[in-house]
Amino acid sequence: MKGTNLGEFEELVLLTIAALGLEAYSVAICDELERYTGRSAKLGVVHAVLNRLEEKGLSKSHLGDASATRGGKRKRFYEVTHAGKVALTRAKDLREAIWRDIPGFNLEGSI
Amino acid sequence: MKKHDHQPPGWATGLLRWYCRPRLLEDLEGDLYEYFIRNVRDKGLRYAQLIYFLDVIKFMRPYTIRKIDPFHFLTHFMMIGSYFKTSRRNLVRNKLFSFINIVGLAVSMSVGLLVIAIVNDLRSYDDFHRNHDNIYRIITHNHPEGQPTADFASSSGRVAQRLRSDVPGIADFTIIRNGFSGDAQVGQNTFPLEATWAGQSFFKILTFPLVAGDPSTALKEPYSLVLTEKTALKLFGNTNIVGQTVRFDTLDYQVTGVAKDVPHLSHIRFDALISYATADALYGKKGDGFNNWDNMWSNYIYITLPKGGSLVGVQRALDQISKEENRALQHRKITLSLQPFNDIALGRKLSNNMGPRTEPATLWILGGLAFVIILSACFNYTNLSVARSLRRSREVGVRKIIGARGSHVLGQFMTESVLISLLALLFSFALYLLLRKEFLAIDPHVAKIFTLDLSLRSVLCFIALAVFTGLAAGFLPAVFFSKINALSVMKDASGIRIFRHIGMRRVLIVAQYALSLIFIATTLVGYSQYKGFLNFDLGFNTENILNIKLRGADAAALKKDLAEIPEVKQLSQSSMVPSVGSMYGFDVKYYPAGAALPVDSGLVWVNTVDENYVPIHKHQLVAGSNFVLRPEKGNESELIVNQQVLKRFNIGGRDPQKALGHVIEVDGQKLTIVGVMRDFHYGTVENKIEPVMFRYSKSEPQGYLNLLISSTDLASTMAKIETAWKRFDKVHPINATFYDEQIEEAYSGFSMMVKIIGFLAFLAICIASLGLFGMVVFTTETKLKEISIRKVLGASEPGLVYLLCRGFITLLAIAALIALPVTYLLFDKILLTRFAYHQPIGLAELLGGTLVVMLLAVVMIGSQTAKAARSNPAKVLKSE
Repeated sequence: MKGTNLGEFEELVLLTIAALGLEAYSVAICDELERYTGRSAKLGVVHAVLNRLEEKGLSKSHLGDASATRGGKRKRFYEVTHAGKVALTRAKDLREAIWRDIPGFNLEGSI
Repeated sequence: MKKHDHQPPGWATGLLRWYCRPRLLEDLEGDLYEYFIRNVRDKGLRYAQLIYFLDVIKFMRPYTIRKIDPFHFLTHFMMIGSYFKTSRRNLVRNKLFSFINIVGLAVSMSVGLLVIAIVNDLRSYDDFHRNHDNIYRIITHNHPEGQPTADFASSSGRVAQRLRSDVPGIADFTIIRNGFSGDAQVGQNTFPLEATWAGQSFFKILTFPLVAGDPSTALKEPYSLVLTEKTALKLFGNTNIVGQTVRFDTLDYQVTGVAKDVPHLSHIRFDALISYATADALYGKKGDGFNNWDNMWSNYIYITLPKGGSLVGVQRALDQISKEENRALQHRKITLSLQPFNDIALGRKLSNNMGPRTEPATLWILGGLAFVIILSACFNYTNLSVARSLRRSREVGVRKIIGARGSHVLGQFMTESVLISLLALLFSFALYLLLRKEFLAIDPHVAKIFTLDLSLRSVLCFIALAVFTGLAAGFLPAVFFSKINALSVMKDASGIRIFRHIGMRRVLIVAQYALSLIFIATTLVGYSQYKGFLNFDLGFNTENILNIKLRGADAAALKKDLAEIPEVKQLSQSSMVPSVGSMYGFDVKYYPAGAALPVDSGLVWVNTVDENYVPIHKHQLVAGSNFVLRPEKGNESELIVNQQVLKRFNIGGRDPQKALGHVIEVDGQKLTIVGVMRDFHYGTVENKIEPVMFRYSKSEPQGYLNLLISSTDLASTMAKIETAWKRFDKVHPINATFYDEQIEEAYSGFSMMVKIIGFLAFLAICIASLGLFGMVVFTTETKLKEISIRKVLGASEPGLVYLLCRGFITLLAIAALIALPVTYLLFDKILLTRFAYHQPIGLAELLGGTLVVMLLAVVMIGSQTAKAARSNPAKVLKSE
């Protein structure tokens, strides 16, 4: 399944889209990511990832209504596709499966 | 609210829109705007703008950049047929505009074609030599102590002597010497012949093919002669003459070869070549300085380098030679350098230059003038196209609605303008052929320099010129049309604001008229200055004086014959004719009366004359008298000087009476001042009046006879003089010119320039008038309804004419206000600074041309506007 594998940042962006629901457009996604991670998320990077996710079929987008706040330009809203949801769930399952196999003492004391 | 007043930099947004894919553009632009507003709020406008710009740059990534659309280009290609069709229809439909555009472009481009042909000719000078990239001429620099350096194209025979042994690193060299002149005797016939001495390797280095004879030995032996085919035909009647002899004076020369005639575009030109060994044998052995290091006036030396040879080594060897030879010189140095063969015909100014040479600046000036004229025609095109955009905007609208993009419309209008300019090229080529004939006939020198033949290169340049002109002319209208908004045009054709570009059009008209006025004022002022030069008071009489050039024979017999002709009142002899450009000078020493040693020395210009010269030319003697003694050559003791000599040497406290009796040593002879004449112009008006002296000589075989003529029937007098000449000299044709004509000849360069500028002025005015006419016709046409309504409401005809004319007249006035001071400054600060003496710039000439052009324009505007004002309003308004 080449192409449907999620990179770490891709996964974060996709999760943010899902978290934002109907309000998921690029600037909002950046802001949310900054809030979650505490790191600054550059629009350039996020924009590229959004574009790639759409190419992979993990998200889809549509243009919203024009508003004066953006110089009359419309926003592009993203939502997670079915394939995206599957990919997210698989990634989560994978991690949990691995977590389950970690013997308890192996991580103790290291945090 | 205030925040929204801040806008991101428009050009950065433009860049984004240009490169970004349409699908991604809108929201990306919105995103960047959102960030921009945030940054303005947080960090200030400057910072926000910087970040915005950087972001635009940063977003240039593979996935955002617009893909080149092959289909887009394909449509262009497919549409060309349609463009042609609409262009053709438009040409036919708007006959007046097509006529104005095509005539204007054709006329202006014909000048461009001429300049291209001239440049082509000059650039292909000497190209026929196979080796031309590898030939260099040795040129000489004379550095007298305390005086500016002079550069000479010629060099000393001594250089050639030392080249072979002391300059390693040259493949070959040859020497040329000008100035052989003699009467060639072939059998019973005698022909005057001028020839060039040429060294043995002449034919090896330079490509002048021989039709008979061996190029390697033809110029080896002394007394060898190579004739060109033309000369051979003149002398012998055929070219099969190798081995024949030609006699000059007492010496027999053997013909060793016949060369093809010299190509026109060659700086080396000859009718016959004589082996340089001859000159060496005749003069070189005598030891009278023929091969002296400082005798650098008549020889030209050309060298070739071996393959891969370097100039540096040769230059070093030349420096070494000049260092060694300069030891014998006092108070000056002579150095040598190399000049590439290709730079000779179109290069720097050198004294003693051989063959035609053109200043590169002249080309720039000519090119600039042609550019200005073509630009003026382009202005017409631009102006008229934008002005009639109303009519074509619907077509553009339909095209856009059907799916044409801006670039398609741009392409269409560019195609159209290029098409028109190519059409104009056909007409301009016909004009060019006429112009070429006129140009070659404008002055004998011009025909000597140029051929202006067509070549593949020149034809390609012509086409390139037409295409560039078309693109330049069509660019602004094309951009204008491509920006038309389809929707608003279709809704309401008058919604398109045709008068929006009125500012630009006004500027173009003013520029055109200013140029035309500058041209015409330049012509008129230049012409009046030229007339001023001809009628300039030179300080002596030139009227009715006929100067006859002598050819080396003592003219006593001829003088006797001529004196018997009743119309010849007086005659004198002189070594040269002053005030027509040539100058001869001596370094003289001044001995105050009674002193044994000279106190001062300096350059004094000289003319050697007989006792009749001063009265015939009406030189005024302010002190002393004309020559009294009649000594033989070499025994003279008297000298007449002008007042400048007294001033220069401070003779007798500048008092002419006291100066008499002082001694000046000229060329080793001590001469006593017997007369002082009023200052006169020895050089042309370009030179200041300088010290001049007259020496005495009974006979000047290389000089001139000056005849004072008083005749009512000039033709018969000239015939009598010519008969006398023929009795005297059977070989040479008579060379007699009136002094005033010689002066005219001396300023022929200036008169040629006036003619050229005058012609350009005529073209510029024609083009500007055509353009203005088109604009007036257009404006009155579009305003016809307005005029009719005004008329119905009671406006008077003169009032309407005034209303329509007002704008144009203001433009013309502005153009005049720009042009007149510019012309005045041009003459005052640049053109006339060369001339030490000139007339003041006349106000009448400056204004005269302007008035004529203005009158022409006013008549044109007036006639058109009056026509519109007289139209019947009922008819115009009925058709609404």
